Amino acid sequence: MESNQAKPGLLCNPDASQRTLYPYVTGTSVVALKYKDGILMAADMGGSYGSTLRYKSVERMKPIGKHSLLGASGEISDFQELLRYLDELILYDNMWDDGNSLGPKEVHNYLTRVMYNRRNKFNPLWNSLVLGGVKKGQKYLGMVSMIGVNFEDNHVATGFGNHLARPILRDEWHENLTFEEGVKLLEKCMRVLLYRDRSAVNKLQISKITEEGVTISQPYSLKTFWGFSAFENPTLGAEGSW
Amino acid sequence: MFRNQYDTDVTTWSPAGRLFQVEYAMEAVKQGSAAIGLRSKTHVVLACVNKANSELSSHQKKIFKVDDHIGVAIAGLTADGRVLSRYMRSECINYNYTYESPLPVGRLVVQLADKAQVCTQRSWKRPYGVGLLVGGLDESGAHLYYNCPSGNYFEYQAFAIGSRSQAAKTYLERRFENFTNSSREDLIKDALIATRETLQGEKLRSSICTIAVVGVEEPFHILDQDTVQKLIDAFEIVGQDEPSVAEPDVATEPGAAAEEGAGAGAGAGAGAGDGAGQGAVAEPDVAPMDI
Repeated sequence: MESNQAKPGLLCNPDASQRTLYPYVTGTSVVALKYKDGILMAADMGGSYGSTLRYKSVERMKPIGKHSLLGASGEISDFQELLRYLDELILYDNMWDDGNSLGPKEVHNYLTRVMYNRRNKFNPLWNSLVLGGVKKGQKYLGMVSMIGVNFEDNHVATGFGNHLARPILRDEWHENLTFEEGVKLLEKCMRVLLYRDRSAVNKLQISKITEEGVTISQPYSLKTFWGFSAFENPTLGAEGSW
Repeated sequence: MFRNQYDTDVTTWSPAGRLFQVEYAMEAVKQGSAAIGLRSKTHVVLACVNKANSELSSHQKKIFKVDDHIGVAIAGLTADGRVLSRYMRSECINYNYTYESPLPVGRLVVQLADKAQVCTQRSWKRPYGVGLLVGGLDESGAHLYYNCPSGNYFEYQAFAIGSRSQAAKTYLERRFENFTNSSREDLIKDALIATRETLQGEKLRSSICTIAVVGVEEPFHILDQDTVQKLIDAFEIVGQDEPSVAEPDVATEPGAAAEEGAGAGAGAGAGAGDGAGQGAVAEPDVAPMDI
């Protein structure tokens, strides 16, 4: 009885409902860019439990239908729930069996609606999402944040990638990147992230989507070199840090 | 008084395997004034005949814009038609909210047909007494569908429903093979001629018909009356100038012109005026004197 009593100053009893107040297992940055034939996307496979690198083989990029590819950072379980929504969406879309299909633009907008709707319920899906795709020769690349902010761009990155990868992409991206150049550029970004983002792990996948469909690479590692003098005593010259 | 014991209730079969109430609803479509639709690869044109209920009243609207890419022309119970077009509008707007892209025409038509079907299977409902010509444009091109009160739907190159629609269908059947590659203007012209076919002796005027167009780079819109009148004037000149050039027009143009005179005299049997009195072209805007 007591627990049903509304607390003064609140619209409802906070004990009566459960919502995500903070994430548990999270994935870090996703980086993606448009290239000549479609979209390239990269994400590592780490799953952090708080600051513990708890899981090492989390797939954070999944194909959605025929024309779209979704990458996610943030709460892994929320991403998995989202994949269930999208599976259903694509299934019902296919069941029309009329030759029409949802393209990347449609899926992106659907995601925006879902994310914004959940945040309005004060129960957000704790993710930053990257959606890329190609349909009828049109390349599409967009992002949705946890609270439903969305935009399109030629290259996007979530989380730390926003700070560490986007500046590189702004300098080096151009419309006619070949597949090899695109992969190289993504690896450059991922390497920087690996060095500077403590939740990044050195096991990543790169995926591409073109008119032909989605391919997601096997997990692999980047070559690293930790012998730089700046790495040996990083706090030297940074007074006040430990 | 009932026709027989099986037609009190929508859901009761006759021993012959028919649902009379549903068939009556389909009759209601034939009572309404005509609606016509035709499509090319890039455009769909909808047309309808507007009939005022009385001398003192205006006519009811029979063509509705559903969305930028879909419009509908109705025949039958206009009230039912309005309800269904409101439903279609809301489906389009909801789809657009969720996916930020236009609802494929075929899907809207299936949803509409499913809605009509429910009414044929519930004892406390009645079927919609309206037929809808749904014209629209989507990724797969231009489409024209006919939705029936029975819950059936069909895709057409060109179709006509409503009273005396048979005359329009006959015209369309003669010409439909050329429609695929028709220009927008030719499509409108054919729509006007087909509309004229359904008129009983009456002269085709912009005040008694409505034309609407949807096409590539052209959102669905109803042509305003002045534009329609200009088109009617333009094509009637063409019709009189070159009856010997445009082969299919030979039978219709002078025949229809004759209808004006003959129709007024013969009353209901104006259709028989076809072919009779080829030279007797009635003076425009002059009342026939033999009423």
